[in-house]
Amino acid sequence: MNRWIKVKRIFFVTAKYFLLAFASFLSVVPLVVCVTTSLKSDTEWMNSSKMALPQNWLNFENYITAWRDVNMGLAFRNSAIILVFVLIGSILFSSMLAYVLNRFRFRGNNLIRNLFLFATLLPGIALQVTVYQIMTSLNLVNSLFGYIILLLGSDIITIYIFLQFFENLSKSLDESAIMEGCTYFGVFFRILLPLTKPAIITCMILKGVATYNEYYMANLYLQDKDKLQVVATSLYKFAGPFGNRYNLICAGVIITMLPALIIFIFCQKQIYSGLSSGAIKG
Amino acid sequence: MSQCQEHWLMSFGEGQMRSRSKIDFKIQWEKWKRGQGAQKAMVGILFMIVPLALLFTFTYVPFFQFFQFSFYRMKYLGPRTYIGLRNYIDVFSRPELFNSLKLSLYYLLGAIVQLCLALFFATILSSKVKGGSIFKGMIFFPFLVCGIAIGYIFKFFFTHGFVLDSMLMVFGFDLEDLPFWLNNTKINNFSLVSTSIWKYMGQNMVLFIGAIMSVDPNLYEVAEIDGANQWHKFIYIILPSIKTIVLLNLILSITGSIAAFEPSYVITKGTFGTATYFVMMDRLAHGNNQKVGLASAMAVVLFVIIIIVTLFQKLIFYYAFDDGQDDSGVPRKEVKAAKKRDRINRKKGLLQSQMTTQQNNRAVNPEISGEEKQKR
Repeated sequence: MNRWIKVKRIFFVTAKYFLLAFASFLSVVPLVVCVTTSLKSDTEWMNSSKMALPQNWLNFENYITAWRDVNMGLAFRNSAIILVFVLIGSILFSSMLAYVLNRFRFRGNNLIRNLFLFATLLPGIALQVTVYQIMTSLNLVNSLFGYIILLLGSDIITIYIFLQFFENLSKSLDESAIMEGCTYFGVFFRILLPLTKPAIITCMILKGVATYNEYYMANLYLQDKDKLQVVATSLYKFAGPFGNRYNLICAGVIITMLPALIIFIFCQKQIYSGLSSGAIKG
Repeated sequence: MSQCQEHWLMSFGEGQMRSRSKIDFKIQWEKWKRGQGAQKAMVGILFMIVPLALLFTFTYVPFFQFFQFSFYRMKYLGPRTYIGLRNYIDVFSRPELFNSLKLSLYYLLGAIVQLCLALFFATILSSKVKGGSIFKGMIFFPFLVCGIAIGYIFKFFFTHGFVLDSMLMVFGFDLEDLPFWLNNTKINNFSLVSTSIWKYMGQNMVLFIGAIMSVDPNLYEVAEIDGANQWHKFIYIILPSIKTIVLLNLILSITGSIAAFEPSYVITKGTFGTATYFVMMDRLAHGNNQKVGLASAMAVVLFVIIIIVTLFQKLIFYYAFDDGQDDSGVPRKEVKAAKKRDRINRKKGLLQSQMTTQQNNRAVNPEISGEEKQKR
């Protein structure tokens, strides 16, 4: 009897690890094959099996070609500009809004919360049908500025993260500061904002990754692909002239993926906790 | 609000008639401006104006424009003709649009598979697993890959004779027996759905792990003493404690499956019968013909579906949830009553709490109160 339980336990443990390993394998295999392919020279790519490992693991020629031909430098510059402005703007605006909604009691407070909540129901891609009209009439198509404004407008998760954070921040803190003669303005910028550092970091990571990976609106509104390409849309350039040279395309894909990978390795915990706090909004 | 305005107007009017009360009013106004009320109002308006303006220009104005545009035949620029309900009739009668709605069934099926897998792996990973964070990281990472990169990765992955086929050939499949994963209309939608699972399963899993972690660990210990195995723990402890988030995700996947966009858009560009509702919408609105009116009508239909599903969700959460019990197992009525009690207590206010703290202080630290008395 006892031995039977032991056998059963061993079986379950092996099954558990096998399934986990299998799922992890399936998750990373498309990416790993991309890495190995990107290290192959043209002739190697044409002649060998697609799953074969590269002959020379340090052959970075494709990366250099991809970087140069697609003008990745410009793409990264544009993405960096967008990221800086979007992150600063969205954190500032959403923390201010969350502060007012959480600390001030006024009529319409609930209405505003519900307006933001309802907005989460409307899928962004469908909205672009009419947003395009608005962007055209505001003359914001084909400008980085317009794209930044648009990204700032679709900013609901960050608001919820800040709202939750303020909820857990004691009110006695700002009440006593007001008693001491501090202005509401000062309370927010000098006392509360420095305290929300964890929320700021979470928002920066979530919003940063989302902004960096955003491709649909970038493709729609940044139409001048030579001057206004961002990292995500720069990949589109591989479709035309590079056709089926997947060793080059894979190199490009890996280049665009690297920043996200680095952020992920260093900020795993924040990403996980940010996702869970952003998801429970109801 | 209206009362306040009236008052304000009245005082203003009187002020015009009698200069003295005008000065009074001015003094009052100055006082108010320097006081906290004005400051509060100013900060409130200042802090909210930008996000609200953005919300209206990029969410609510477009939202209402859908209803307007859906009655016209129009492009973004140029003349518009009013055509009544024609667009709505088209949405339901054009075979390719109706077909794209049917495609969402594939994605719904995929979403259910995805939820089950996520739940399974979340349960495994929240027990003791060596190297758990590495497995978790590997399964989660696809969520952070850019959409267009996913397009290339899977075009490469699924191409005939490339990655997937080579892997299957290792297991003894013949290349000639293997289908064209992206071109064969019988299976290409399954291929696309599988990429969607590949990307989002890890994210669901992380959410579930977060929910499972918030379960009181003592429950497991008690269950173990009672002789529960893993399956019992899952059924009686884990599942009841995370049912809210699971059900929420399940219901959200209904709208999510209609709104499925990325796999079809980036991998096949909607060719070979893979164009989902959103891909059709994108093509109609931003393609060469710019049928903005028809696309708007499609959006309106989608919104109606979303609203129905959301109401349905609220209804389920309100009624069907274990005859009105909250997650903590306390009946909803009692929760409400407790909240009410709380509110009343708060209104009764400071006095009581001060008294109790004083009493507590005395009870805990008689010496201090003794000292206080001495001082007095």
